[in-house]
Amino acid sequence: MRYAILLMGAPYSNQASHSALRFAHAVVERGHRLEAVFFYHDGVQNAAGLAAPPQDEPHLGEAWVSLANEHRVALQVCIAAALRRGLLDEREAVRHGKDGVSVQAPFELTGLGQLIDLGTRCDRLVTFGP
Amino acid sequence: MREQHDDNDLLVILRHGPHGSSWLKEGLDAALVAAAFGRRVSLLFMGEGVTALMTNQQTGALGQKGTAATLEMLEMYDIETLLVDAQGLSCLGLSSEELMLEVECLSSAALARVLSGHRLVLTF
Repeated sequence: MRYAILLMGAPYSNQASHSALRFAHAVVERGHRLEAVFFYHDGVQNAAGLAAPPQDEPHLGEAWVSLANEHRVALQVCIAAALRRGLLDEREAVRHGKDGVSVQAPFELTGLGQLIDLGTRCDRLVTFGP
Repeated sequence: MREQHDDNDLLVILRHGPHGSSWLKEGLDAALVAAAFGRRVSLLFMGEGVTALMTNQQTGALGQKGTAATLEMLEMYDIETLLVDAQGLSCLGLSSEELMLEVECLSSAALARVLSGHRLVLTF
């Protein structure tokens, strides 16, 4: 089956991101295709490239990147939700005159239309939130 | 109420009031985008979410834009199916006549039918 995940919980604030990550691994281990993880609401914080959790805790951002690289999972971040929470890729940083860049590939800033598209294209869209 | 699945249908469930969090705003944003992409969108206001429909809303002291203006635009986006959890409404001592838009009040059993009738459901 083709799956997609909608993640709306902030990392390290509640269980949502951890659960979504474990579900993502379970999906691919069972031989299903995980098309994308769509980050919305506080879930966009998962894309924060400047996150520096203690070394003895799971690094959620890096875990998403590994998942994306190993299983060709798109990491789509709602651009409107991201910008107002300080998450900007290089293009948006330039556009808004900001010195720092906080979102790097394979995370990509994209529109909510992608979420709707995933809901249509995939057999299952599974939501994780606080 | 149709119970057949239609791949073009989307149910957006709104469970939060207009202030205190961005859940309602971001849920409505998703609904509007879906409608703009040609999906047939139904909104279901549940629990505290029914307060989104209160009349005479102000924008609030926190600098939020509020959501009432967005609700008034729903018709322009062809979002016409507005469903309300009757229990949520009565728990808050409200009646559907007090709401800013015309809604359809649903019993718990009818809610279950709406949920099972949609292939795609987004909950905020």
